[in-house]
Amino acid sequence: MIPDPTSLSAPTLETGADDDQLLRVSLGPQHPSTHGVFRMNVVLDGETVIRLKPVFGYLHRNHEKIAEGGPYLHSMPYTDRLDYICPLTNNWAYALAVEKLAGIEVPERAEYMRVILGELTRLINHTAFMGFILGDMGAWGSALMYAFREREKILDLFEDLTGARMMANFMRFGGCRYDLPEGWAGQVSKIVDEYGPFLDEMETFLVGNEVLLARSQDVGQLPAEKLINGGVTGPMLRAAGVSYDIRNVDTYGIYGRFDFRIPLGEKGDVYDRIMIRFLEMRESLKILRQALDGLPEGDFIHPKAKLRNFKPPVGEAYGRIEGPKGELGFYLASDGSTDPYRFRVRAPSFVNLTLLEDMCLGLDLADVVIILGSIDIVLGEVDR
Amino acid sequence: MNPDVDAILAHLRETLPDATVELRKNPGPSEQHSLLVAGADLVGVCRVLHDELHFDYLSNVTGIDWPDPAVAGKVVPPEAESEPSEKGFLEVVYHLFSHPDRVGPLVLRVRTGDRDQKVEVPSVVSVWRSAEFQEREIFDLFGVRFTDHPDLRRILMWDEFVDHPMRKDYVAPDDFEYEPTPHAAVLERAKKHYPSQPDE
Repeated sequence: MIPDPTSLSAPTLETGADDDQLLRVSLGPQHPSTHGVFRMNVVLDGETVIRLKPVFGYLHRNHEKIAEGGPYLHSMPYTDRLDYICPLTNNWAYALAVEKLAGIEVPERAEYMRVILGELTRLINHTAFMGFILGDMGAWGSALMYAFREREKILDLFEDLTGARMMANFMRFGGCRYDLPEGWAGQVSKIVDEYGPFLDEMETFLVGNEVLLARSQDVGQLPAEKLINGGVTGPMLRAAGVSYDIRNVDTYGIYGRFDFRIPLGEKGDVYDRIMIRFLEMRESLKILRQALDGLPEGDFIHPKAKLRNFKPPVGEAYGRIEGPKGELGFYLASDGSTDPYRFRVRAPSFVNLTLLEDMCLGLDLADVVIILGSIDIVLGEVDR
Repeated sequence: MNPDVDAILAHLRETLPDATVELRKNPGPSEQHSLLVAGADLVGVCRVLHDELHFDYLSNVTGIDWPDPAVAGKVVPPEAESEPSEKGFLEVVYHLFSHPDRVGPLVLRVRTGDRDQKVEVPSVVSVWRSAEFQEREIFDLFGVRFTDHPDLRRILMWDEFVDHPMRKDYVAPDDFEYEPTPHAAVLERAKKHYPSQPDE
């Protein structure tokens, strides 16, 4: 009765004469485990999930339409609201796409600043993830408290730099908005030095925890071929052993200069997805150290970068970065006017949900909650 | 790294001699040139790209509304000066990447006949599962009907919604009370927008 999860085609449910034994549950949208306003229509046979259809759109405000109604720069603060856990990588992806569209160069110092901010964002995203996934497994509160304590230290630095904890609006086409304040880089290296011990502590709590092992091992894995076919990217894909990191594949910005490894999992179950994020945070710390050492003097924005009356040439461009949740891409088409003719956000959270049903089939309802948690979605980005 | 579009086009013309595939040069500096495929040949072309040319990852699928074909001819210029068509059309754009070869994006584009009646495009979910939700989104927001899609429903708007908001000629609703606009003015606009509504 349960569709074969290794098949590449979309699962369908055949209901028979015993259909009245099935229980239909609408999980969400106002449920703490759904990470926002997300709903799943689940069909249960006893405790076993035999059908799961996600329902989107509760946070839909048609970001793309709004962005097409104004100049390019007007959308920059609005990208902060897509994935509100990591606004700076959203800024970066949008700036990168516009720079490709218009052929703008970015000065060296701005590239280093972007790498530092991007990797700090990866740290806060993965740290917050640890708190959320533990919450999904029943450890309400305390794990999230420790995670948010560390996240808040980095958000203080963001506030120092951009004026806002989360809604940064910091990148510009051709660089960044301001230069780094005095002493800011020193504060970052202090946080980088303190982060390793915090990760050790958090990992010690988790690795040997019997509840975590029982809940997360051999849950929600799919074959690597199917994950690639389903468009899954980011830590989710690397946990299944596929080495695909856009920082390494595209070497956008200056990522080609840094020495870092791409951690890979083996099975791709929820346990691997948790551990891969620990390893990625350690690699981020390595990149941060190298970037802080190499940070040059110079311009923080290209001297010829145009902020007002900015008109990119006619054409189109797709720019993508390795966001903390996966491939974050922006597709832009320009007809030569001040407003984008087409503005499209390729959100990793949205595409990673494609295979949610396949991951959950045949498992218990309680596993659905931690599988959804392990995908690491933000509804601001899913519904746009 | 952008793929070698000319080599891919040559391979496609060799393996699928009957398929209609055209190279469309990108006029901008991004150098992401695209292949315009006829709707009837789309799934066959995608199969070849997936199986023989290792494009195993479909990253992005999106729609574009071109109510004015002249604008489309400017942004996606044709190879030769062709007779400009009078009717606008919808377009679906695919961005493909290759895991083993580490290249991309390869841009595919498919056009519908017009914007109202001939809005069918074959679904590529049978080749790449990642198109499933993204095609539903294009159906929802642009009104492109994907034939052979396993589950073609609205995804972001609610099921009872009738229009397609991402189309360029979409008119936002104006029949709600909106402070601090004077109500009479709003209702006047609503009357123009919904002429068939019965009077109170």
